[in-house]
Amino acid sequence: MTYLAKPRLHHPTLAKNRVGYTRRDYEGKISTLCAGCGHDSISAAIIQACWELDIEPHRVAKLSGIGCSSKTPDYFLGNSHGFNTVHGRMPSVLTGANLANRELIYLGVSGDGDSASIGLGQFAHVLRRGVNMTYIVENNGVYGLTKGQFSATADKGSKSKRGLANNDTPIDLASLALVMGATYIGRSFSGDKAQLVPLIRGAMAHPGAAVIDVVSPCIAFNNHSGSTKSYDYVREHNEAVNRLDFFPQREEITTEYGEGEVIDVRQHDGSILRLRKLHAEYDPGDRVRAMAYVQEHAARGEVVTGLLYVDNEACDLHQQINTVDQALNALSAAELCPGSAVLEKINASLR
Amino acid sequence: MQKIEAVNDFVIKFANINGSGSASANELVARAILRMGVPVSPRNIFPSNIQGLPTWFEVRVTERGYLGRRGGVDMMVAMNAQTWDQDVREIETGGYLFYDSSRPLPRSRSRDDIHVIGMPLTELCNNTYSDPRQRQLFKNILYVGALAHLLDIDASEIEKLFGQQFKGKEKLLDSNIQALNVGRDYARENLKPIGLKVERRDKVGDHIFVDGNTAAALGCVYGGAMVCAWYPITPSSSVAEAFIRYTQKLRADPETGKQRCAVVQAEDELASIGMVIGAGWNGARAFTATSGPGISLMSEFIGLAFFAEIPAVLINVQRGGPSTGMPTRTQQSDILACAYASHGDTRHVLLFPEDPYECFEMSAQALDLAERLQTPVFVMSDLDIGMNQRLCRPFAWDDSAEYDRGKVMTRDALDAGADFGRYLDVDGDGIPYRTYPGTHPTRGGYFTRGTTKNAYAGYSEAGPDYVENMQRLLRKFETAKSLVPLPVLTAARYPARFAVIFYGSTSPAMHEALDALAEDGIYLNALRVRAFPFQNEIADFVASHSKVFVFEQNMDGQLTTLLINEAGVEPHSLVTVVHYDGTPITARFITHEIADRVAHLNVHPLKEDRVA
Repeated sequence: MTYLAKPRLHHPTLAKNRVGYTRRDYEGKISTLCAGCGHDSISAAIIQACWELDIEPHRVAKLSGIGCSSKTPDYFLGNSHGFNTVHGRMPSVLTGANLANRELIYLGVSGDGDSASIGLGQFAHVLRRGVNMTYIVENNGVYGLTKGQFSATADKGSKSKRGLANNDTPIDLASLALVMGATYIGRSFSGDKAQLVPLIRGAMAHPGAAVIDVVSPCIAFNNHSGSTKSYDYVREHNEAVNRLDFFPQREEITTEYGEGEVIDVRQHDGSILRLRKLHAEYDPGDRVRAMAYVQEHAARGEVVTGLLYVDNEACDLHQQINTVDQALNALSAAELCPGSAVLEKINASLR
Repeated sequence: MQKIEAVNDFVIKFANINGSGSASANELVARAILRMGVPVSPRNIFPSNIQGLPTWFEVRVTERGYLGRRGGVDMMVAMNAQTWDQDVREIETGGYLFYDSSRPLPRSRSRDDIHVIGMPLTELCNNTYSDPRQRQLFKNILYVGALAHLLDIDASEIEKLFGQQFKGKEKLLDSNIQALNVGRDYARENLKPIGLKVERRDKVGDHIFVDGNTAAALGCVYGGAMVCAWYPITPSSSVAEAFIRYTQKLRADPETGKQRCAVVQAEDELASIGMVIGAGWNGARAFTATSGPGISLMSEFIGLAFFAEIPAVLINVQRGGPSTGMPTRTQQSDILACAYASHGDTRHVLLFPEDPYECFEMSAQALDLAERLQTPVFVMSDLDIGMNQRLCRPFAWDDSAEYDRGKVMTRDALDAGADFGRYLDVDGDGIPYRTYPGTHPTRGGYFTRGTTKNAYAGYSEAGPDYVENMQRLLRKFETAKSLVPLPVLTAARYPARFAVIFYGSTSPAMHEALDALAEDGIYLNALRVRAFPFQNEIADFVASHSKVFVFEQNMDGQLTTLLINEAGVEPHSLVTVVHYDGTPITARFITHEIADRVAHLNVHPLKEDRVA
């Protein structure tokens, strides 16, 4: 992180979108995450996507749980209301917020500990209900804020920074989202902005439960050989491993690759993340096929990214429970209270 | 042999098997008596079971309008072989045992000091009906018919009730009336008269007969609840179910038929309170209904709502505790769990309804208080009030009253340049202004956190910011004292040095006990506490008596603890009297406990001008 305040004045030539905002109007406070953290790349992608989508920033409500990822909503959309809720329970708070006012855009930001460990239940149920939202999981396979414990998405056999092997079967959030009935499911990599920004844009425009599982390397605690969600930091920065609190400034990780290829993304620290683009003929409208495809490739050690599934006829919770079109929080007393005459009839029926 | 003789003042208990259709038959007896202008107070004592386990229904017929549980049974309708011995034991000397005599009863399993009334219900049913389900169901109606004859219950009232129940189902109506008549005819021809009678009176007035959960749900409808999120748990589930039932009619948009509220059955209590908090944060009035175990699960979120200052209403229909608790038994055992719910330094507003009328009133009021104070508010009902139909004042609503939506800063105010600090105490009452998400493009947005913040909602781990915020929350809690319902004083006829404090469902039994004690020359001032935080009136009340008995339906004397902690009362002046076996407290218990203690305390001569 930096301690230098961002200049508040914007350059007059900055491009404005159709609602009159520059890209910088979508920024938030300066990140307090580690330099080079994948999560900051995701924040940048969210900023880019919202700007490109011409969304008025204050029309977005951003909610998160607890953890490094859940701190990030403070670092984008600074004029939006945000809510740092409790660990693993952001989905229920987001559901309630959405029920209160269906006219806003809801963005849930969570991590793998928040969504796959403590919050697995709420993650599953918010998708079942079809809450209209964009749910981004910033997935690094590790607990950062408590310094390096495995999360439930860590691969079996992968090693912690202290050398312990993870014995538990990993939870694949994209596969789970497919089972639980999410109607827009994407997976991406924090370093691949070209892929991520369009995925976020699609999710925000989707009228139902949209999930994006974003693999987002933790350079502080999951950045060693033997980890499947990290870059081989040890080889290049041996000292850093022994000095846990020191993190050298790094550049963001970016990748570019074409359609239908398996790509080994070689990072500046020499580690490799294997990514596979979807086949050109891949049908993201087939939920069952998508499940098989994701699992087949996972068995080969490959991470399938892109838009995995979308239901073009998605319907959301409000439609399912048949609420009125206007925001519930704007209903007047006259619309809510049946009045004393009706109450007298109710009294009469109870005699 | 002695024979209990009573007109409009007795207790009948029905011992049945769960799932046998007895509940509606027994309720019929209660309602028919009510229609004769005589108050009744029924109580369901039921197991955590759907079919097969014992269940009881107790009807207190009470011309004087005492709606608490009296204690003791004058007539037992023993329809369950499993509980026979226990049921027979419970009958008062000179009382009556009504049973199905289709199979002979060994003398050893009866008593000599009670009147035994046998009626071959199974035999009569088998002779009249061939369908097994009908044989079962109509057995209940048969005994209703017999009781109508024995107790002089006007059969035309029962027929009218059938008429309402089976409107449009004439076949069912006819067969029920037939069963009723078979029972009446048999009783008239074969059974000896008994000493318990119902006589027509006009003592019910305009009172309504309703359970507290239905009342609380209706209070939420009238109080403007927009979102209800809940998870099924006995004894609170019927709050949400009644809310759904009422809103389907009362909140349907007349043009589109769409709902002006949202109800979600969550996956657990963590999610239900999370949804309520999300909705409250976003400017909707929201509530959940739960019971003790649900409160335990919600505790982390309750703390967040307290610190993040988010309105939320929790209707806690208390049941036996601790742990998963006695799900079908009543207690007042969540007082401390709710008053201090969550980690960190938290205090929450509690309301204590005494009956369905107050369940309605306080649920609606809780929605106002939650938004005014921007904090969770608990309506502390219990199973006794929540799941039993109780006679109470008719619900009332003032159409000119407006909802108190609290301090919400609007777009216009922000445009006018108002200084918006989410946690800034601008009025000195500890209550800050809030904005709803989406209010203004460039002003009024903020990031909501628990405690790590300054008055302008900026991230701050600075100690002074934390302390300042906590001190403001204390001021806010002080403000709450002026907003929550005041305690209700029932003054003794003569100056009294002893007093009682009670709350919630203890109320009807307490008022009856106070009358009984006064008849014996024991006079006590009584204060019914209706809310936490405690107003100064409560401390003053305690200070003006030498001993104050605090009656509670929990083991630990939780309200007593809270009074000592929070009301500044002298601990030595409080004497806690507890009743916590899961059955509702009775007037007999209270009378006995007070009379005993007062006798003990009065060993020393009293001052001339004072009576105990």
